[in-house]
Amino acid sequence: MLSIKNLHAGIDEKKILKGINLEIKPGEVHAIMGPNGSGKSTLASVLAGREDYEVTDGTVEFAGKDLLELSPEERAGEGLFLAFQYPVEIPGLSTTNFIKTAVNEVRKYRGEEALDAVAFLKLMKEKMAQTNIDQTLLSRSLNEGFSGGEKKRNEVFQMAMLQPKLAILDETDSGLDIDAIRIVANGVNKLRSKDNAVLLVTHYQRLLDYIVPDFVHVLYNGRIVKSGTKELALELEERGYDFIKSENVEA
Amino acid sequence: MNNLEYIKERFNQLPSVNDLNGLGVIRQKAFEALNKMGIPTTRHEEWKYTRIGSFFNKEYKYTEAQHALTAADLAPVRLPGYEQANELFYINGRYAPELSVVRSKGLTVQPLQEAARNEYKDIVSKHLGHSSNYLKDGIIALNTAFVQDGVFVYVKKGQIVEHPVYIYNITDARQANILAQPRTLVYVGENAQVKFAETFNTLGTQESFTNRVIEIVVEKDAITEYYKIQTDASHASQVATTHIQQIGKSYTHTVTVSLNAGLVRNNLNIVLDEQYCEAHLYGIYLQQGNSHIDNHTVVDHAKPHCESNELYKGMLDDQSTGVFNGKIFVRQDAQKTNAYQSNKNVLLSEGASVNTKPQLEIFADDVKCSHGCTIGRLDEESLFYLRSRGISERTAKSLLLHGFAVDILEQIKIAPIREYVDNLISERLEFDIA
Ligand SMILES: Nc1ncnc2c1ncn2[C@@H]1O[C@H](COP(=O)(O)OP(=O)(O)OP(=O)(O)O)[C@@H](O)[C@H]1O
Ligand SMILES: [Mg+2]
Repeated sequence: MLSIKNLHAGIDEKKILKGINLEIKPGEVHAIMGPNGSGKSTLASVLAGREDYEVTDGTVEFAGKDLLELSPEERAGEGLFLAFQYPVEIPGLSTTNFIKTAVNEVRKYRGEEALDAVAFLKLMKEKMAQTNIDQTLLSRSLNEGFSGGEKKRNEVFQMAMLQPKLAILDETDSGLDIDAIRIVANGVNKLRSKDNAVLLVTHYQRLLDYIVPDFVHVLYNGRIVKSGTKELALELEERGYDFIKSENVEA
Repeated sequence: MNNLEYIKERFNQLPSVNDLNGLGVIRQKAFEALNKMGIPTTRHEEWKYTRIGSFFNKEYKYTEAQHALTAADLAPVRLPGYEQANELFYINGRYAPELSVVRSKGLTVQPLQEAARNEYKDIVSKHLGHSSNYLKDGIIALNTAFVQDGVFVYVKKGQIVEHPVYIYNITDARQANILAQPRTLVYVGENAQVKFAETFNTLGTQESFTNRVIEIVVEKDAITEYYKIQTDASHASQVATTHIQQIGKSYTHTVTVSLNAGLVRNNLNIVLDEQYCEAHLYGIYLQQGNSHIDNHTVVDHAKPHCESNELYKGMLDDQSTGVFNGKIFVRQDAQKTNAYQSNKNVLLSEGASVNTKPQLEIFADDVKCSHGCTIGRLDEESLFYLRSRGISERTAKSLLLHGFAVDILEQIKIAPIREYVDNLISERLEFDIA
């Protein structure tokens, strides 16, 4: 589904991603861990199409398409979703209107008819229940004045509404209490199917107790330096990143 | 003969110029002031960025002729909710009573010429022209010199005028370039409440220049809302002056919406002339093409314990230009003043520009004042967030800009007018309100 080969990207003169290789197949859950500043969010942003980052080498194929050639909105239309580490606050735009526009623009991209008010409301009710999100939150301006946890939950709600093929969650578990983590995990698990895939960026093993990954990768200094199964996450939790760092002293 | 010479010639020919009981004296004085000050050029400090001289070098007809408009001509310009509203029509600057409708109880509308002679004559002589204390240039004087076709609006003490007063400034430029100078004096009595919305429309394809002046006097415990909606054609330009004098402890709320026209200069003066007055001033402007918008506001805190709150927001596209100049005076004995001012601008193209200047002159020591202005572009981060959800770049921009305007839209408290303006803004931003 997603095939990243030798991806190099950076900003201005700064090289951030220095040759990423990653294969994700339908039905799989991958977790990416790694110390602060190693490039996890940059990778997520490059995949979602943020134009600030310049891709200098490598290829990314998504669902049979050259992902790097697509605009952010086309990528979403193709079924890619990024839950932001820091969701943006947008005053004056109601969350409900925003989601309605998003759902219908994605449908339009796929050649489907727009949902009418009734169908949209029904979908919303269902996903609200699934992600434990409150109506009053959705009637407010998008993320404006939302607590950290509410913003993260709103990301998961949007994911549930858009039903992506590949969901990338960038530290969606950070700053959440235990109940909220369960809700996030529940949302992700509901999305899981043999056709969908998930890429989790996280610092904590505890999320992986609820969403069991098929593969765990360690990103360090712009490269994936170690890959393994869920046991790798446990090892990192126990030993920290020091052993990875000492194995990868830069020449 | 240029326009100004032509105007001066017209002046002497008007019948009421020698009428010393009515408006003759004030007109004579204004005419002298006009001759002395002339039409402001960009050398005038308050007109540095707004050039109106060209409107006076061309020929514009100033007409006293009876208009030739029918109700059918007017249908497209009427505001939603007009069925219940009070409607005042000015055609080419002259009040047209036969088209106007006054429905509400306690609301009196009369030609200024009459009010200057009857039981309202003290009010008229005391307040008509008060704006010229604040605007030292020939523009107000020019309007006052031709005040004979203006209107006096009186809201009776204690009267709550439920339905709004719509004022239509219509210029019939189908045959010739037109100069129009509509004038209004409003007196809102003690404990009364009233709402005004006014619009500007030019018919035809010739050019028009409107020099509008409305003066509003607000008495003790009265509440006045005033909405100015500018959506005129690009060959129509105007200077529109709104002068509000709060002579008793009162509350005013104004929103200025400027969406279209060639050149627009707005003067908004609020004089807080009694203790415990409150004034709210909001504005939104969306400019495109070569249009020019200039908002000059003055809030004069003349007495203690008053509060003013001002927020103007603008979006400028193409080659359009904007000016915001916000003066706040706090007089020496206006202690315990609260005055806030903010102006926020988004530039949507390389060619657009805006000049924003807050001007605080504070002579009291126990006051709270703040001001701020921003000029920026659309936030890339927000744009990316929306696009990452599948929303096209164009729609995402529209949503962000509409969101930027929302807090001003919410200040329009006449529901059908709010919807009307929201639709105009959305249309301009090319999206449908979900
Ligand atoms: N827009 C930017 N401008 C300049 N430097 C950037 C930018 N974005 C990322 N970087 C730099 O690139 C590096 C990788 O950042 P990134 O946000 O991808 O790290 P991360 O792995 O997500 O870290 P964290 O765990 O703290 O979220 C950091 O050194 C960061 O400062
Ligand atoms: Mg990060």
